[in-house]
Amino acid sequence: MSDTLRTPEPAAPAPPPGELIRFDGVSKRFGENTVLDRLDFSVEAGKHVTLIGPSGSGKTTILRMLMTLTRPDEGTITVDGRRLYPAGRREVAEVRRNIGMVFQQFNLFPNMKVLRNVTEAPVTVLGLSKDEAEARARELLELVGLADKCDVYPSQLSGGQQQRVAIARALAMRPQVLLLDEVTSALDPELVAGVLDVLRDIARSTDITMLCVTHEMNFARDISDDVLMFDGGKVIESGPPERIFEAPAHERTREFLGAVL
Amino acid sequence: MNWDWNAVAEFMPHFRDGLVVTLQALVLGSLLSFTLGLVWTLLMRTPTRWVRWPVGVFTEFVRNTPLLVQLFFLFYVLPEWGLTFSALTMGVIGLGLHYSTYTMQVYRAGIEGVPAGQWEAAKALNLPLRRTWTAVILPQAVRRVVPALGNYVISMLKDTPLLMTVTVLEMLGEARLFSQRAFEFTEPVTVIGLAFIVISYLASLLLRSLERRLV
Amino acid sequence: MNSSMTPGLWELVLDGVWVTVQLLVLSAVLATAVAFAAGIARTHRLWIVRFLAGLYTEVFRGTSALIMMFWVFFVMPTAFGWQLVPLWAGTLALGLTYGAYGAEVVRGAIAAVPQAQRDAGIALSLTPWQRMRLVLLPQAVPEMIPPFSNLLVELLKGTALVSIMGMGDLAFSGNLIRLALQESTEIYTYVLVIYFVLAFLLTRVMRGLEKNLKVRTGRTVRTGSPETTADVKAGAAA
Repeated sequence: MSDTLRTPEPAAPAPPPGELIRFDGVSKRFGENTVLDRLDFSVEAGKHVTLIGPSGSGKTTILRMLMTLTRPDEGTITVDGRRLYPAGRREVAEVRRNIGMVFQQFNLFPNMKVLRNVTEAPVTVLGLSKDEAEARARELLELVGLADKCDVYPSQLSGGQQQRVAIARALAMRPQVLLLDEVTSALDPELVAGVLDVLRDIARSTDITMLCVTHEMNFARDISDDVLMFDGGKVIESGPPERIFEAPAHERTREFLGAVL
Repeated sequence: MNWDWNAVAEFMPHFRDGLVVTLQALVLGSLLSFTLGLVWTLLMRTPTRWVRWPVGVFTEFVRNTPLLVQLFFLFYVLPEWGLTFSALTMGVIGLGLHYSTYTMQVYRAGIEGVPAGQWEAAKALNLPLRRTWTAVILPQAVRRVVPALGNYVISMLKDTPLLMTVTVLEMLGEARLFSQRAFEFTEPVTVIGLAFIVISYLASLLLRSLERRLV
Repeated sequence: MNSSMTPGLWELVLDGVWVTVQLLVLSAVLATAVAFAAGIARTHRLWIVRFLAGLYTEVFRGTSALIMMFWVFFVMPTAFGWQLVPLWAGTLALGLTYGAYGAEVVRGAIAAVPQAQRDAGIALSLTPWQRMRLVLLPQAVPEMIPPFSNLLVELLKGTALVSIMGMGDLAFSGNLIRLALQESTEIYTYVLVIYFVLAFLLTRVMRGLEKNLKVRTGRTVRTGSPETTADVKAGAAA
């Protein structure tokens, strides 16, 4: 379809100052199952927001939508005042460039050594020189405590180390937003702490906006500015972690926290 | 049972000629099947049904019908259409086409075997599609594909004697020619039978060591 | 297209189909028997039994079906004085060759039954043969059906080799008719289509069989993965 035939998208309304991410009436169904039901919420720049709730409540779907790995059925998604959905392919690519993601299963590229995993995208996407990208990658690997592992393949690392490389890889793209999708769920219990420490460091020392899906409630309490409680495809309660964890207002939140804490 | 070592000795020069032709057909046939298989795989990934459907039917047809009859078809029908090639060329086309319908399955399995998370990670890093293929997907697919392709090469080796029927003088053809002149059949057929076992065994050893280095 | 096929020639084609089907059924029966015997023998506790079964599979998978056929048709009579009727000679050569591929399928499927099932059999003090018959085979057989189905199609294609030995199968009828008509496009097209239809029917029957067996062992049918279709013929070096 040519551009002239298409009704122009209404321009996104000017966002309130400080607002970075906005979902308006976003729904998603998989077959019979409604995962998100006309969801509205927004996240301010620089905030660390944790999404909690029973499994299947659509938390991961929200992160995947921001990474454009899953398309909403309806509604609009805006990032930094620009449309992510619905939008043309070029706009999507531009908006997405500012978003990074760390996956539950790490998803490192097994055919590349650790250093190349971190430099690949900065070189091919951001156009950094190889030397620049490598210098920065070494800094980041230092930050996650793996400076000595530059020249090994991911399969030679423990799950926790792989996940820390994946964090460095996401940061190498200098994202405005970092999406963390159950990053410790696939790890052996003794490896969880190392990954969480790295994330705490990053949360403290950078102004990256973080959206985090996790079952680690202590971690959520430590780093979050806001906690959103999901159930039945909607946000049923939100607020600062102290309030949500100490005095949950909603019955379902109390049940959920009772079960996981 | 009488075994005549003289007949074996007399057959040896013919055996060598046949072996060269067998290996020629095998190498060329393999290369053709690797490339054609890739073409089928790519065509099967095009978005239009009008390409996928005919390619799917054609390759399914070739895979499920005897190579021998396909060779007859090429050998007798193509000249009727005014296309003439040497017997060896015809044989290579037959082998390559037949096996391309197997290699396409190998490529497909290799590509589909790369976990979805790899595509997602590439997308999350904004790698362009071309780069995703060349730097992420294909290097991982190759590890899965090479051993399976090797097995089909060994399989093809064992089908090369069929080329005898379209007048290619590979090993079995040489053996038959020799036995018609010398009236000794046991020795040449046994010699090439053993040769096939030895060659395919060596090839499988080679392949296993290659596999170890890839994994 | 103006067909030059006469009823008499069609009759020749049907005779060929009949020979092909007979050969297919007989050699499939022999191949299945050999496959189970050799495949199970490779799990035997005596090394000599395992070795002999392994030797058989390696040798027969290593050589070419056509050469095996030459050997059975021409070498065996002169060297050992065994002259078989062509149909049996063809059955023997095809059955032994494809039986060797089948033995690998049987061995693989038995090996794929989880160790816990074996342990449970031992815990119930079943004898090795009882474990095989009551625990391992009932679980392994349904897994064998998809690769067997592919092997069966390979066997059908392999039956065409007997035409080189002068047996009047479908491919041989095709050659006779080409000589009679001095025209090849039409007859070879028919022959290929008939083989294709036979292969199609075979896979249909096998799929029905698989469903049936899986229902009886309380499992659901997976839709065929690409690996299973590709693996059988390439099993040579596995």
